Amino acid sequence: MKFAVINFPGSNCDMDLYYAIRDGIKQPVELVDYRSESLAGFDGVLIPGGFSYGDYLRSGAIASQAPIVKEIIRFANEGKIVLGICNGFQILTELGLLPGALIKNEKGRFICETVALKVVNNETAFTSEYQANEVINVPIAHGEGRYYCDETTLKELQANNQIAFQYCENVNGSVEHIAGVMNQQKNVLGMMPHPERAIEEILGSDDGLKLFQSIINYQVRVNN
Amino acid sequence: MKLVKVYVTLKKSVLDAQGEAIKSAIHSMGYSQVADVHMGKYFELNFADDYADLEKDVDAICDDLLANPNIETYRYEILEAE
Repeated sequence: MKFAVINFPGSNCDMDLYYAIRDGIKQPVELVDYRSESLAGFDGVLIPGGFSYGDYLRSGAIASQAPIVKEIIRFANEGKIVLGICNGFQILTELGLLPGALIKNEKGRFICETVALKVVNNETAFTSEYQANEVINVPIAHGEGRYYCDETTLKELQANNQIAFQYCENVNGSVEHIAGVMNQQKNVLGMMPHPERAIEEILGSDDGLKLFQSIINYQVRVNN
Repeated sequence: MKLVKVYVTLKKSVLDAQGEAIKSAIHSMGYSQVADVHMGKYFELNFADDYADLEKDVDAICDDLLANPNIETYRYEILEAE
């Protein structure tokens, strides 16, 4: 399974993601420039964390107008795997590929720590290697990670099991402790925590590795 | 030239964490009767006098970029630039 890691000006977790794919799950991976207009030949798209365009205007807002974006939308609409982490999650909500928005943390502070997450839905392309309700330790590093959506959207997310991860302790004030959500078809996931920074014990946790392994195993099932 | 002033603010249903922090700072200055503070963004866009479909395009620019309709609302005024 060949992955693209999109590189925007200001992305800073692109090499972590690249490493997670190349060394963590040993799959082919390439960095793709934001000015590129094709994702031909790729099976999965990863949008890394960082501060694309310096977070000018709103986190992810300017990146959502970049040339590569049309291809990401096509890719998502074709049911292919799209994962956005941290700033990547913010970009996906700005694109409208995921519902809701990410706004300033409730306490206004940048939070950088390892947090406990609950796997809410383990029957997805991103989470099948986890147990239902499994608690995993994954780092977060964000100032604008408070997930917000209106009541109607929240009810839809719950009814359709689109919530992938919740914070065990609501660190940033997110609606329903939401740390990661998927689109209706569940081929697009956005999450504020960084699974790519938790793929080896030496990093403090390898709980993030199963997320990437889930994607591979899902693709194997789809292909058979 | 036409000058378009665009104001973007958070919807009432979204907690304005910065507005709340500014309010408590104002209160600590002694102005305890300030009931509410909201913080937003302000943009100035200049257009040629004979620009066609001005309002239509300003709406599209606001909807697609300057404001996020999930969390924000906007309003604007069109003025004659000096």
